[in-house]
Parts: sequence; C-alpha cells; structure tokens
Amino acid sequence: MNQIVRTEISRRQFVVSSTAAAGGLLISVALPKAARAAGTGMQPYGADEAAPEINAFLAIHPDGTILIRSPHQEMGQGAITAMPMIVAEELECDWSKVKVEYASAARNLRDHEVYGPMATVGSRGVRTSWQMLLQAGASARERLIAAAAHRWNVPASTCTAANSTVTHAQSGRSLDYGALAADAAAIKLDKEPAIRTPDQFKLIGKRLPRLDTPVKINGTARFAIDTKVPGMVYAAVAACPVFGGKLKSVDESPVRGRRGVLQVVKLDNAVAVVADRFWRAKEALLLLKPEWDVGPAGTTDSVQFAKLYRDTLDGPMVNARSDGNVDDAFAKGGKVVEATYEAPYLAHATMEPLNATVHLQADKLEIWLGSQSPMGTIKQAAAASGLKPEQIVVHNCFIGGGFGRRSINDEMRQAVLLAKQVGKPVKLVWTREEDMTHDRYRPQAAVRMKTALGPDGMPTAFDARIAVGSILRSTGISKVENGVEAQAVEGIANIPYAIPNVRVGCMLKNTHVPVMFWRSVGSSQNAFFVESYIDEMAHAAGQDPYQFRRKLLAGKSDFLGVLDTIAQKSDWGKPLGPNRGRGIAIHECYGSIIGQVAEVTVKHDGGVRVDRVVAAVDCGHVVNPGIVEAQIQSGVIYGLSAALYGEITIKDGRVVQNNFDEYEVVRLADAPKIEVYLALSGGKKWGGIGEPGTAATAPAVANAVFAATGTRVRSMPLKNVKLSGA
Amino acid sequence: MISLKVNGKAYRLDIEPETPLLWVIRDEIGLTGTKFGCGIAQCGACTVHINGEAVRSCGIVVGDVDGKEVTTIEGLSPDSKHPVQQAWLAEDVPQCGYCQSGQIMAAAAFLKEHPQPTDADIDANLTNICRCGTYPRIRSAIHRAAALMKS
Repeated sequence: MNQIVRTEISRRQFVVSSTAAAGGLLISVALPKAARAAGTGMQPYGADEAAPEINAFLAIHPDGTILIRSPHQEMGQGAITAMPMIVAEELECDWSKVKVEYASAARNLRDHEVYGPMATVGSRGVRTSWQMLLQAGASARERLIAAAAHRWNVPASTCTAANSTVTHAQSGRSLDYGALAADAAAIKLDKEPAIRTPDQFKLIGKRLPRLDTPVKINGTARFAIDTKVPGMVYAAVAACPVFGGKLKSVDESPVRGRRGVLQVVKLDNAVAVVADRFWRAKEALLLLKPEWDVGPAGTTDSVQFAKLYRDTLDGPMVNARSDGNVDDAFAKGGKVVEATYEAPYLAHATMEPLNATVHLQADKLEIWLGSQSPMGTIKQAAAASGLKPEQIVVHNCFIGGGFGRRSINDEMRQAVLLAKQVGKPVKLVWTREEDMTHDRYRPQAAVRMKTALGPDGMPTAFDARIAVGSILRSTGISKVENGVEAQAVEGIANIPYAIPNVRVGCMLKNTHVPVMFWRSVGSSQNAFFVESYIDEMAHAAGQDPYQFRRKLLAGKSDFLGVLDTIAQKSDWGKPLGPNRGRGIAIHECYGSIIGQVAEVTVKHDGGVRVDRVVAAVDCGHVVNPGIVEAQIQSGVIYGLSAALYGEITIKDGRVVQNNFDEYEVVRLADAPKIEVYLALSGGKKWGGIGEPGTAATAPAVANAVFAATGTRVRSMPLKNVKLSGA
Repeated sequence: MISLKVNGKAYRLDIEPETPLLWVIRDEIGLTGTKFGCGIAQCGACTVHINGEAVRSCGIVVGDVDGKEVTTIEGLSPDSKHPVQQAWLAEDVPQCGYCQSGQIMAAAAFLKEHPQPTDADIDANLTNICRCGTYPRIRSAIHRAAALMKS
C-alpha cells in the first residue's frame, strides 16, 4: 500500500459543499493549446465559490472548463501545476481544459479548513496534499459517472470516464463533463472511491509544461506589487534601523509642500511617507531625518555575535540526542578529529521586494499580497486591524519569491497600521534597502564536532554541539521550553551515518536580530557543517570521501541509490586538472534525500568558480519531472549564492548590506552546469522538492575546494576565505 | 512636459524630469510587466528597450528619455510570439516569474548584437539576477531563441 496517513482526510472535503452557488465568474484566458492546459489567469486568485462545483477542489463549467483550486501558493516552485496534475490524474479530464486558481482562504476559514492549513512552507505542497487531491479527483469522477448513469438509467458500473467524457459503451452514448457537472454536484456517493496506487498513474510523472509560463513571459502575471485599486495612495516606509528600536520623533518640515506628498505617518517603530505616487513617497522619505531610540542593541556587531556563538559552544547544552556513551568511546582512544564551523545570518532577498496593498474599511479589510500562508495572513491581519477573521479577504497574488520570507507578513501588518491613519487604500512597497535591512534572517550559528576514529578508520563516536538562534522564539511561534528546537538541530541530530555513539547538544541563543525560516532552514547550515565534517573524517581516516560515506550508509538503499548515482554521473575518482577538485555531499531533509557532487576551479586570484554540479534526488515519487529538475537547479543556485557570497553582517546594531551591490548573488556567469538525476525509491516516500536542493550545495562546493587546494572551509561564505590558486 | 513613446504610443506627461523611467512606466502609464527589483540598476528586473537598446529603467531618469522610443515587455510582441518569448515558453523558464520580463528584454536586445552567442558571450553580457536560479534554462532558451531567429 502506498497510502501513508500523513494528513487526516475527511469525507467532507470531497462531498458537495452546502455553499455551492451558480454563476461564478471565471477569469478569461487565452485559448488553450494542445498539450498545454488552459493555465492561469493574470492573477491566481479567483472569484470565491465559482460554480457548479463538484467539490471544494474543482468546478466544471458548462463549456467543459475544469477549474481546479490549488491549496498551495505559487512562488516559483510549481505548485499550481503539480496540484491540478494530481487532481486530473483521477478525474480523467481533458488536460487542455484545466484552469487553476488558488483555493480561497476565506472559504477555508468558513469551511473548517477544507483545504488543510494552506501553508506553502517546508516543501509541503505535494507531500501533504497528494492523497487529498487524488481523492478529490476520484470522487468527482465517480460522481460524474453516476450522474451520467442516472440520466441514461443504466448501472454506473457499465459506464467509463476518459478525456472529460463519460461513455456507456453498450449503447454508444456519451456525455461530456460540462453537461454532467450540475447533476454530479448533487450526487451523493455511498462510499468514496479508492485512490490509485503509483503503478496506476498516467498523468503523474509526465513532464507537462507549467501552467503559469504563458503569463510569465509577457508581463501579464500580476504580482502584489502590480495591484492598483481605486483611490489608492502609495507609502514608503523606514523602520528603525536597529531591530527593536522605536521612533522618537521626526521633523516633517522637509517634505511639507513637496509635490504629491499627502502625509507623514508615524508608527511605533517606523516612519512612512504617503504620496500620490510611490517614487514621490520614496524620495520624500529620504529627506526625513527621524530620531530613533535604538536601545542597547545599538552597540552590537557581528564580531560580538561570532564570539557569542563560539563562546556558547563551551557552555552548557541541552541534549537533542544521546545514543550509546560518547564519553566512554572517547576514553577508549583512537584518532580524534575536532572542528568548529560557523555560518552567518543570511537574507532571503526575494526578487519582488515585500509589499502589500490594503483597503481597510469599518467592517472589511481587503488585502492584496504575496503570502506563503494566507491563513496566517488572515490571523495576522485580524490582530493588526481589530477586525474579525471572517471580515478579511486576502487576494493572494503570484509570489515573486518566497524562500520562507513570506510566511510571516510584516509588510502587510505595517500596511494595515498605516491604513488606520490614512483612511484610504494604501499600497506599501519596501525599497530593496528596507527589504534587506528588515528581513527575518537565516540564523547565525556555530557548531563544534568531535569524533574518534577506530583502528579501521571508522568513527566510534560523534559529539556535536550547536549554538544557534531560535527561529520559533524569534517569530513567537513557540517558547521552546525544553530548549531543543527541531529547526536548530535538523540534519545533525538525525545524522544518517552508522556511528555507534552519538551525542548532539543544542543551545539556543538569540540576539536582537530577528531570525526565520530560510530555504531549507536548519539544514541550510547544518548540512554544510556535517557534510564538510564527514569529509574531514574521511581524509583523517585516509579514505575516499565517497567510499567512506558508502560504508557509513551501508544497508540504507535509498541513501546509497542517491550517493552511487552522483558518484557515477560525476565521474567520481577521475582525475581533474590542477586547481580543480570535486566534492561530494548527501543530506536528508523534507522527506527527500539530496546528493550533489560539485566540480570547482580555484582561479588565480583565489576566487572559486563552480563548473558543474551533479545532483540526484530521492523524493520517492515525482509528479512532474520538469518541475523537480527546475527546483533542484533552483536550490543549487540559491545555495551557491549563499556559499560564494552570502552574509548579513551587523554594525552598530544595524544590517550593513543594503542592496544587491553589497549582498551579492549568483548571476549567469557564476551559474554552473547542473545535471539533475532522479534516484527514486518509491514506496511510501513522498518527499518535498523546494528546499532539499539548497542544503547540499555549500558542503559539496566546500569539499571540492578542499580537494582542489587542501584548504578546509569551516565558515561561510567563500569570498571571505583566503585561497591561493596557481 | 515630457514626451516619449512607449510601445508605439505617444505620451506627454506632466512629471518631474528626474523621475526614474521605471516609475513612469509602472505608475504613470500603468504597464506593470516591468518590475522594481533594486532601484540601483543592479538586478535588471526593470529592463526595457530605449531606441532598441536594453536599459535598466530604474537607473535612467525620464528627462533623459524625452523624445525617445521605449519598448516594454508588453510591447515586445503583441502575442508572445517573439522568438525569445517562444524559446522561454518551450524551455519553461520562469519559476516565480518576477525577473523574467527583464530577463527576456535583456536577452532580446543581446541577441540582436550576438545572433549566434557562445556561453561566454552570454556570461559576459547578461547579468540580470534571478533568485529562483532559472539560469540553466535561460541559457538553453537563449540558444533556442538564436536558432529560432536564424530559421
């Protein structure tokens, strides 16, 4: 059986909703082309309750258009292509007639979370919704068949469904889904059909084109920043440059009388200029010289923080894992390998700077936003506005990059607070500088790892100590009372290698810098620490890093499948020229195993050029291989930006880096050739794909740098590491 | 008053000449395919053509565009049939899509100068940022577009 119960599925999700109404609006789209689904509208949010719906996930129009509602949001990872593919797998519909829109968060609120949590985080899209989406499709198909059977007065078992048509072969009759939808919506099935098993999949697994590409090549795709509502004014904002600081005062006179400037708005920790155009608001804001109460954090800097995290390694820890007896193992002797690794704060730097448009009225709040969590948005907006959740409408847009940043909507909250003082619809746009200096960052961390190697060179004990900022405390999600945060230790506490004695300690330490989920979260730094360190162990043992891992993963066929694939495809072991090297890394996160081999050249100036990355992934099953390939490439590039350049530093309590000139990221010239292979173990595994690609890149590259130069990279980014090329 | 032509249509605008062209295109003219990414001509999300050349529109003031012809993504073709757009479609390049108008406009201008580009030409000339990392597909799509233009 391939059905693991990951999400509770209730029958309610697939039976007709009591709120189904006739005459829903559909967004018009260009004519569908063969092999390409009808796709998306210019904006992904739809008219609530489009009808006639068969269940909460799909509506079929009389013209045969199949409208599928995606419970997950589109930020580039392909959710709004993968979600309808899963529904359509069971629905037996004409794929060229499929249209997709976001499921409505307001509906979800009213309808007892019929779409589930809707949070597009943690690479959860497919792996938490596949069963529910298959069931939605199967249920609708059976009801369309039942509707046709009823009309023809024949047993349903004598009818079949294919290509949006129900056929009664005996009598040669057929009806298309559009003609049956209204009847099907009223059908109650005695029992819900069983869903297909992966061996029966026909559509799932095909490399179908993305549904959102047509609107993303001609400028018509609407992002939140493209919102325009009648009577709207624009706001530019500057929050206190030191997190936690307050606005003391601001002299408004420099902007008084400037063209287009309407208002200066003071918030507790920020000042905003409201104007008739964004540029006018932004320019005026630069003329203001607000006085801030920055508090004690105003004297902090990255040098202090690095010391704080390193010093924490010498203090007490809370056990996150303790297997066997590490101390006894060390007492028995053997070659000891010990190393300390560090990772900096990182910004998300989504291409679309944070922005929100809000229209606050006495009894209603409309929000246009790019949110990874529309249910969370409603909750946050209710708190900010004082309205009830059911009075809030979120028009979620195409998301111009999320990577975790848009799972908490600071920009929306701020826009609501502004709107309270402005009394008109407000569009708030953060400049790139505001976005980069008021992110919630990937936490800074330090880790010390120690191991003893036995006579055979294999580790007898692994002792890791982690000092890192708590994301859950920083965001207010949890106090983490037991002192161990899953995000802090992921990738270390579950180290996959067969080592008899393992101890992992954790100490959460936050500075005033807010921290949050950053693509692959704890794995983004912990994979770098562990996989670099395993490489150190292998070299200390005089063994090949690939073979060394192989031995430690003996019996784990899914890990070995990935590891062997990357070794073979990358020509592991084949000599490279001078100043060149290969590095290998493997890591499990979000239910998937990712392996990468990076091939690097260390240039004459000491700079690192990554020439090639060979990646293999085991995500169990694949909905759309084209999207999986793109997501692994995407993850590699995101991880490579961090590995080569990424660091947010603090001086006088403030973020130093303001824009892409100071926070460099990978561009085409830095982008390696990336090969992506699938090493699928199938079975019960349904892993995520958005984040794993990021985690393995830094260690693969750092290990390749070691192979090329003999220099072990123990802190990121590489631009700070002195290397010498020949 | 500033006079300029955008996608073949003439505009006369009462606007401060120091306004960056980007904001004129987005907020005055209302064409939102051209994106704001950085405001300092670093990322290229705002790339348009001025008299046929690729320009980062956040980095040029509208006063300097007086009397010139501007083409935005909306004006590149009436039906998404420009070879670069067709190549982008065939390679399924976009992910989040936010930078793609700029990428496409940059690539379209580049291919006029480099009808048969090498990877080195691409690396040296195309510097727009994509945080989703669509670069491998951008590279393939540029080669595909070059082939389409040749045929």
